[in-house]
Amino acid sequence: MSALATVTPLAVLLYLIAAWLLVGALGLVQSNRIGWVARILFPLGALVALGVAGMGALALTADFTAQSALLPLGLPDLPFHVRLDALSGFFLLLLGSAGAGISIFAAGYFRQGEGTAPGLLCLQYHVFLASMAMVILADDAYLFMVAWETMALSSYFLVTTQHRLPEIRRAGFLYLLMAHVGALALLLCFGVLHGGSWQMTFDAMRGATLAPAWASVAFVLALFGFGAKAGMVPLHVWLPEAHPAAPSPVSAMMSALMLKTAIYGLLRVSLDLLHVGPWWWGLLTLGLGLGTALYGAIFAAVQADMKRLLAYSSIENIGLILAGIGLALVCRSFDMRLLAALALAAALIHAFNHAFFKSLLFLATGSVMHATGERSLGKLGGLIRRMPWVAMLALIGSLAIAGLPPLNGFVSEWLLLQAFLQTPHIPHAFLNMIVPLGAAIVSLTAALAGYVMVKFYGVIFLGQPREPALREAHDAGALERLGLIWLALGCVLIGIFPQVALDVVGRVTLSLVGTTVQHGQSAWWMTPVASNRASYSGLWLWLGLLLVIGATFVLVRLFHHGRLRRTPPWDCGYPWQTPRMQDTAEGFGQPIRHLFGPVFRQQRELPLPSDLQPRYSVLISDRFWHALYLPLARLTRRIADSLAFLQGGRLSIYLLYSFVTLIFLLVCVQ
Amino acid sequence: MNIAAYVWQIGGCLLAIALAPLFAGWVTQCRAWLQNRSAPSLWQPYRILRKLLHKDAALATHASPLFRSAPYVVFATMALAAAIIPSVTTELPLARVADAIALVGLFATGRVFMALAAMDVGTAFGTLGARREMMIGFLTEPALLMVLFSAFLMFGSTALPAIVEGTLTAHQFVLHPSLAFAGVAFVMVLLAENARLPIDNPSTHLELTMIHEAMVLEYSARHLALIEWASWLKLFNYACIGFALFMPWGIVVNGADPRLLVLAIAALLLKLVIAGAALALFETVSAKLRLFRAPEFLTMAFLLAVLGLLVHLLLEV
Repeated sequence: MSALATVTPLAVLLYLIAAWLLVGALGLVQSNRIGWVARILFPLGALVALGVAGMGALALTADFTAQSALLPLGLPDLPFHVRLDALSGFFLLLLGSAGAGISIFAAGYFRQGEGTAPGLLCLQYHVFLASMAMVILADDAYLFMVAWETMALSSYFLVTTQHRLPEIRRAGFLYLLMAHVGALALLLCFGVLHGGSWQMTFDAMRGATLAPAWASVAFVLALFGFGAKAGMVPLHVWLPEAHPAAPSPVSAMMSALMLKTAIYGLLRVSLDLLHVGPWWWGLLTLGLGLGTALYGAIFAAVQADMKRLLAYSSIENIGLILAGIGLALVCRSFDMRLLAALALAAALIHAFNHAFFKSLLFLATGSVMHATGERSLGKLGGLIRRMPWVAMLALIGSLAIAGLPPLNGFVSEWLLLQAFLQTPHIPHAFLNMIVPLGAAIVSLTAALAGYVMVKFYGVIFLGQPREPALREAHDAGALERLGLIWLALGCVLIGIFPQVALDVVGRVTLSLVGTTVQHGQSAWWMTPVASNRASYSGLWLWLGLLLVIGATFVLVRLFHHGRLRRTPPWDCGYPWQTPRMQDTAEGFGQPIRHLFGPVFRQQRELPLPSDLQPRYSVLISDRFWHALYLPLARLTRRIADSLAFLQGGRLSIYLLYSFVTLIFLLVCVQ
Repeated sequence: MNIAAYVWQIGGCLLAIALAPLFAGWVTQCRAWLQNRSAPSLWQPYRILRKLLHKDAALATHASPLFRSAPYVVFATMALAAAIIPSVTTELPLARVADAIALVGLFATGRVFMALAAMDVGTAFGTLGARREMMIGFLTEPALLMVLFSAFLMFGSTALPAIVEGTLTAHQFVLHPSLAFAGVAFVMVLLAENARLPIDNPSTHLELTMIHEAMVLEYSARHLALIEWASWLKLFNYACIGFALFMPWGIVVNGADPRLLVLAIAALLLKLVIAGAALALFETVSAKLRLFRAPEFLTMAFLLAVLGLLVHLLLEV
């Protein structure tokens, strides 16, 4: 309370979060006037987001010390604790800076008459943002869980904006279910972490001494709980259903921001609350992360729905981030701080990058959907000519997510590979054999991401329009463009100045594993570990590329003419081309389907040579769904059926149940 | 870092750009000899370039700006890659900017732009070529990285010049078994990445089998010239990566007498002559694989490279 009176970054943050809630509530004032909600409230929300990002950045400056405060809220004996340190500052910076772009885009995106009333949507949207910020600021398990659940519920309502469609209700329910299975695991995890002291503050948990077995139980529970939220295989099934169901800005928020709160939580528990751990924690996380990454990339390559494709790509990126965290845990368990810091920096920068390029791409799909009404890749094409702005900005996002230099995706990939290259120094014979092989999977995943993005971009924006209606598509509006430009700018700037990102992340690694990786304070170079080992300079690479492109262009033009003739496409002299002769999304993914056949569950319908109207169809589904979830659902149902006799429908019987339970609990307490 | 290093940095890059067509011409010539045909002149690639640069560009009516800019981007990535690879001297200021991982990234950037440009016009062959190219690319890229990783682990650096220096300044000659695996994998990657037999035939225009040629079908004149030049440069770059990793002899090491440069260029030319002849021989004796078999070939390259890495970790650490 006294902390709130002075102007500290933490106090400002709390006021900003309150401002978000206020903006959301104002949406209810005139909930059906789109002009009020979209043109005024959402930009206000974006300004607040910028403020949050600024305060987060302040927490990452060199002379900042962690601040904590008590909130006059919560239950009588359980006040809310909040704390701002480097880790939460970093994730607030991520939340605010990417959130600002999404909010600006949303201001131009939401229209009248699409499902939920705009005002209500505005409330849910800003409650979602505020709850994510509270998750990051929370300093006791109680507030953390309250914010965590608020986040799950508000995003559930956002996912089911179009609640009249049964498949969207189904997706929303699945999401809610998985969110609560994860939340249960987290509740148990915090129950273990307090170590018998019954103090729910994170401070107490940091100080608690746990038996190794209990610490491992807590870690596995945290990995399960946060993994379920982050979309770790095999807990990922909700993600490809929920992300496409939501409106695009909401998909962007969920993918770019909400998944990162799960990463934040995992880091908080595994690196901050539990200081030490055996190496198998790291190996488990690393293995699950690599599996998730490869699985997501393979499935993304065969999707025919653009938002499902991006959802699977999110799974892939979360996998890469988890791999980085796993590597950091492995190295920390051997007290190899520098290497742990390098892996952690790679994971954090990748989380930041992913927030920018994934929201950029999700929002671009939103513009495409508004312009064409289509979500299926098979009905798009050639939009670069009708929507040049969206196409250009989506190109930046696609190249970035494919991990191509000189954009930001490459930076984190480079750091992750560097971290893997250092692992042979681990003093453990088995690990230093097995871990470098992870680099093989990382590089395979990165290359697959390139494949996926060529498919994504090429099928939507390039080629000829596959439907006649696409010729009337219109480009995104000014606010939408502004949001996209903001996010694209982030991708480019981190690509140009990776060393700044590395310096910023250095504050976090310093607080979590005790060291930074940046070797020497250079404004031009990114030199982790040692300058003779590896170095990369985004700026010089940009300059080099631009210089060579410019010189080539000038030379070609200088010495030769620039004459140009427009002709019909040649295509080996075949004159009767139609747009249907281009690859479909399914066609483009065919090599991957062929190569990784056993991974997919395919139901194919092949025509016979004698069919007069041949039909070919293939349905690809997740094996986990059929091998794990449906049997679990059947089992649950069977148990429920066998217990159904308890539900007699008579009030007196129910009262008896309550009475017996009460007696039982009283006996237990005794 | 002195001025001479920067001069040589630019000079080496220009040398690569200038020599690349010659190397491609040499490979074609050797192939023709081996196949008992009369060979085109060694200078044929330069003539092709001159011809293409003089023609009017014919552009498909609905080609987008991406289609027109892609050749410049592809050429620039290959030229920049040439600047990073130590083919004559290890004193390359630019090699600090982008290490070998970034080099693989540059190749990937070039490939992605090429594939996107191929999809832009929206013809059947363009998308077909793009899909096949990406299929090959997503397997060769990790294989190449794994080949490089064995070398990185050996010399503790991801910079190619450091690897070359490490080999050349070693006091005794050590035979690394892992390098044998890496070498085989690298040759397989080189063949696949440069549209060579048995994956693709650079001199074919048979619709059903072509990969690289299918992507560039819609290009003409100066755009085609840049793309052809870039693909020759890519072959040259791959050859130079191979020299740097497996036979770096002759490359001037940091601090050595700059007068050795002449000798280094002669060594490079000699190596190119041998490598070109070997490539032609390999292409002549191998038959083109069915396209469905190409992933098997490439998976084998990837697994061999990973095996090389494992052998290194098992035996040589």
